[in-house]
Amino acid sequence: MPSNSLYLAVVALPLIGFIISALFGKKLSKQIVGIISSSVIIIPFFIILNAFIGFLNGGEMIHFYLFKWFSVGHYSVNFGIQIDQLSVLMVMLITGVGSLIHLYSISYMHDDENYSNYFSYLNLFVFFMLVLVMSDNYLGMYIGWEGVALTSYLLIGFWFKNNEYNDAAKKAFVMNRVGDLGFLVGMFFVFYYTGSLEFTKVNEALGLGAMVPQLAFIASAAMFLGATGKSAQIPLFTWLPDAMAGPTPVSALIHAATMVTAGIYLIFRSNALFSLAPDTLNIVAIIGIATALYAALVGLAQNDIKKVLAYSTVSQLGLMFLAVGVGAYTTALFHVLTHGFFKALLFLGSGSVIHAMGGNQDIREMGGLKKYMPITYATFLIGSLAISGIPPFSGFFSKDEILAMAFQQNKILWVLGVAVSMMTAFYMFRLLFLTFSGDFRGSKEEKSHLHESPLLMTVPLIILAVLSAIGGIMGLPEVFHAPHFLNNFLAPIIVQTGEAHEHLSASTEYMLMAIATVSGIISIGLAYTLYVAKKSVPGIDASYSGLAKLANKKFYIDEIYNFLFVRPAKWISDFLYRAVDKVLVDGIVELSGKASLFTGDVLRSLQTGQTSFYILAMVLSICFIIGYFLIGL
Amino acid sequence: MDIEIFNGVSVQQYIWLTVILFSIGVLGVLSRRNAIIIFMSVELMLNSVNLLLVVFSKMHADSMGQVFVFFSMSVAAAEVAVGLAILVMMYRNTKSINIDVLSKIKE
Repeated sequence: MPSNSLYLAVVALPLIGFIISALFGKKLSKQIVGIISSSVIIIPFFIILNAFIGFLNGGEMIHFYLFKWFSVGHYSVNFGIQIDQLSVLMVMLITGVGSLIHLYSISYMHDDENYSNYFSYLNLFVFFMLVLVMSDNYLGMYIGWEGVALTSYLLIGFWFKNNEYNDAAKKAFVMNRVGDLGFLVGMFFVFYYTGSLEFTKVNEALGLGAMVPQLAFIASAAMFLGATGKSAQIPLFTWLPDAMAGPTPVSALIHAATMVTAGIYLIFRSNALFSLAPDTLNIVAIIGIATALYAALVGLAQNDIKKVLAYSTVSQLGLMFLAVGVGAYTTALFHVLTHGFFKALLFLGSGSVIHAMGGNQDIREMGGLKKYMPITYATFLIGSLAISGIPPFSGFFSKDEILAMAFQQNKILWVLGVAVSMMTAFYMFRLLFLTFSGDFRGSKEEKSHLHESPLLMTVPLIILAVLSAIGGIMGLPEVFHAPHFLNNFLAPIIVQTGEAHEHLSASTEYMLMAIATVSGIISIGLAYTLYVAKKSVPGIDASYSGLAKLANKKFYIDEIYNFLFVRPAKWISDFLYRAVDKVLVDGIVELSGKASLFTGDVLRSLQTGQTSFYILAMVLSICFIIGYFLIGL
Repeated sequence: MDIEIFNGVSVQQYIWLTVILFSIGVLGVLSRRNAIIIFMSVELMLNSVNLLLVVFSKMHADSMGQVFVFFSMSVAAAEVAVGLAILVMMYRNTKSINIDVLSKIKE
């Protein structure tokens, strides 16, 4: 069918782009590589935009099989593509933000010697991400899930000459693997009890009661472990801040807008399973709010522009998990989308700043950049307002919805959520003021080449700023008497559990909004008095004390993990190396070598080189053989 | 059984002759160091076997054995040519036809 091959192209084009830039990238000019790599992301965006419009007009789910992958026993796994309301939104986010970041990268990475490698990895990432969200079964999703971990590894360690960056890449990969194991176990459970891996069939079987609640709890908890790995939640979050070692556009695309939201996507996809297990959802909510609080606290005391954004990402992801945990899947996806806009914007903005600063990322050495880079400043301001939840920017609507949902479920969750949102506003504006206001604090040399970034970098910033500003219209609150577009659009994906949410009264909802907004504004005011009016600048790391020191050191989580997991693992490997590998394995291997050496030594003495000896041996052997046959037979 | 083959010589006597000729050849190969002598001894062994073939062919009144001898003789002629060529090369390289010098190849 023609339309099917069109949707196949959505997945295939980035792969083709990857092959072209990986094989011929070094021979083609940088411009051509950039154009090809970007267009293989832009074209799918328009194809999927078409599908999106189809869904708006009441289109049905698109589902087709590409080929039979393999069969085991009576079950065969098909490689199928499923485009429904959920995946269409995810694909739009991936390809939309992805194309902007590709365009931005053309300029940002222009001087890099491995330019074509960079674009090939980026295309490969988009390919795997599309496989992840477009597959019709868990196994295909798992391929994408692993593939994005691989490309994330490649891109974090992109500047592989720096050993710290390599370590960060390895850390990300290993921590992701821990989570992947959980996903795999969850998948085993689902397959064992429902007999299928296809989403539609799994949901059907679950609806018929294929899993009792206890089983659903184990399966969904295992899957949630997978989600924590990919989406950087407690306990598997420490890789994400380190992942900032990669180029900044990579952080924007992979570690802010798309890959880290795969965990949310997984839970959304499996909402039929998670709804069967309210205990898991409680765990998800608690982990989510705990992560959000922790990361927000750490974010308050970081001085690296990208580290602040990284912890802010972890914190926002925590809020999304909070939304999932209280059963508000759509709200979580709403925040995924708005967060995709404004966090990509903030990362690209920070990339623009880093570009101007010649690679320096320390906000203590910036300041006053407003004068030099007005476009970056304006867009960064919009992004900060959006993430702080100031109306009418997009973040306000999604965050407010999360908080309202949390309020319905549990007042404590709501209080903590407001605290997170206050801290978010504070650290974002601390970052903004330290970077853009006041006087420049860097060296003279840095000051001399401060400049606004080229058009190719500022245009994506402007587009993302517009989206961050108006993205909220996707989900206007119900008190505004406007249709909640996202809720209606995603309704077919959510499996109804029977209990409908009772709505908050209009006055409560207005009150919640007012509290969230006012608290955000208070935080901004606080940041303003501290960093603009008083012009205070955070001192060197050693000058921190008390809670600030704890937060600056990330509560020593890395050190604790090192002590609890890394060191025992090292001991065990050391023991295995000495006892098993050195003695046992090497012993066996060396024994075979020594045995052949010994027999060689013995047999060599026979080869005298004396021709007459050989002839004698030959004659005697012939006599022996003849004698044997004469006597033996 | 005493079957006369030729001019009053019996099969048994021929067999003894060939055994003796063959043994002389073997001893020659084993005991001498001169490559040409060894070569001649090899030829002697070959011809003793040829003779045996002819004897048995006559005994069974089957000419195939004798035809076979012609083949083997022509192969032997070719082999001699090759062998002598090797000997010539050996002499040129080592100025000697003592086969013990060939143990040099071992090194």
